Amino acid sequence: MKVLVTVKEVAEVGDDFAIEGTGIAESDLEYDLNEWDDYAVEAGVQLAEADVADEVVAVTIGPERSEETIRMALAKGADRAVRVWDDALTEEFLDVAGKVSLLEAVVAEEEPDLVLSGVQAADDSFGATGVALADRIGFEHAAVVNDLEVAADAGVANVHRELEGGVEELTEVDLPAVLTVQTGLNEPRYASLRGIRQAQRKEIAAKELSDLGLSAEEVASALTLTEMYEPESESDAEMIEGDAGEAAGRLAEVLREKGVGA
Amino acid sequence: MNAADLATDGGAGGDVLAVVDHRRGDLRDVSFELITAGSELAEALGGELHLAVVSGDVERFAEELDRPGVAAIHTVTDGEEFDHGVYQQAVEALDADLSPAAIVMPNSVNGLDYAPAVAEALDLPLVTDAVDFSYDGGLSVTREMYGSKVETTVDVAGDRFALTIRGGEWPAAEGTGDAAIEPFDLEIDEAALGARVQGFEEVGGGDVDISEAEVLVSVGRGIEEEENLDLVRDLADALGATLSSSRPIVDNGWLPKNRQVGQSGKVVTPKVYIAVGISGAVQHVAGMKGSETIVAINTDPNAPIFDIADYGIVGDLFDVVPELIEEFEG
Repeated sequence: MKVLVTVKEVAEVGDDFAIEGTGIAESDLEYDLNEWDDYAVEAGVQLAEADVADEVVAVTIGPERSEETIRMALAKGADRAVRVWDDALTEEFLDVAGKVSLLEAVVAEEEPDLVLSGVQAADDSFGATGVALADRIGFEHAAVVNDLEVAADAGVANVHRELEGGVEELTEVDLPAVLTVQTGLNEPRYASLRGIRQAQRKEIAAKELSDLGLSAEEVASALTLTEMYEPESESDAEMIEGDAGEAAGRLAEVLREKGVGA
Repeated sequence: MNAADLATDGGAGGDVLAVVDHRRGDLRDVSFELITAGSELAEALGGELHLAVVSGDVERFAEELDRPGVAAIHTVTDGEEFDHGVYQQAVEALDADLSPAAIVMPNSVNGLDYAPAVAEALDLPLVTDAVDFSYDGGLSVTREMYGSKVETTVDVAGDRFALTIRGGEWPAAEGTGDAAIEPFDLEIDEAALGARVQGFEEVGGGDVDISEAEVLVSVGRGIEEEENLDLVRDLADALGATLSSSRPIVDNGWLPKNRQVGQSGKVVTPKVYIAVGISGAVQHVAGMKGSETIVAINTDPNAPIFDIADYGIVGDLFDVVPELIEEFEG
């Protein structure tokens, strides 16, 4: 079977940052592979290692800069990658339907049996693309999967869905399917030096809208990001000042008053 | 045709359909928060709030959900537990029947298993994880980005939309209303149901029950390496406390699942909760905000954990924790 893994390069913001307009100052951003997608990549690679998958293809929506990140997926064992981007997308706050249209076109070319996607992206935390994609392409789906067994012969995936409150739902999902992967599903590997070297020779096919038979109108977003601001601190905590020793001393007093360590 | 048609008044256009959440025989808290958010939205849109209750003991649920502000409660009896296929078919059929301007769903694990598919199938713009919204001729949604470091406003184009709301952001609706309870006759397309729930499993059992502890020392990503866990173990020992953690520590396999505090782990309400190197992501806070006294030690002065802390130290845990151990052992 063929596995398509959707990956996203996400921006991470440090402790100190400046907001410029509706975004974070470029100098305060660090880019990395989305944490959830790291687990999805690992799941795909493990399926290949178990000879369940014949090929693992990573797909990303992102500008040229994101090739560095998608190459991490290749270094960890994905066979090749597709990167979708177009100048027409630069100014857009892409909505779910727009991303789905782009991914739908890639699915039509790749014809996967299983699509693995992270539950959400760490930057905008929409958590919707995988399940919406499933509906568009007529695949079955399961969201927030933290245990996965693929029975390709039986045409199903047996998954656990991580519900709230320490309860897991055990579900049998017909293939083809889109599964959105929760952190903790597996132990994502570090890319080996050999893997990193091999990744340099693996293909990353860049696709523009016209390559996918799409127009800018078809992926135009219904959403506009109009404001970004730091939330007002709701803190009424007593902040304990001083160096580590002084702060620890004061905190110890507080804790003893509460009966701790008595 | 069914009773629900009577409630549409020929599709006034400004109605809101909210879909409640339940699990294993109980309505989840977010269901009552959906009523509050849904009536606010219905008022802004000049329409009425309709609720959809799908699967399970719908009659009992409908009675519990009859709060002021709810015009009608549509019950769909098919199925017991959540099945995203049944939910999707039910919501789509109700949408066809009621033509609401907005469909509001919970941003829960089950909400995320059908809301995006519903929005996609109905061609509605979707905004997830709303923490607030306003409506002035168009919908503006407040939502967080970058792990709660910033808030954003997202404007939605169009007259119809789908929204998922974060739990705990709206107060639960209270009181008794006079909603019409209307059984909705859904013809399930069984062939379209391709995911079958086989059962449930409780996880996180074992020798320790952190929800019973009076004092918890809870460790997060700030501990950096597995080897460093001994430091917080020593602190817990010195304080006579129990060790717990945030999600990443369990994801890394450094502590077992029964130590995890948060939405997908345990909800704890100890007398004292000491958060060490925990930033305070919303999923974590959901599991410990009921603690009597919350102490946070974190390097980032803007970490959301300080928003709910009673005492805070902005500092490096590797400096502060050894000193604190010293205070109690020295």
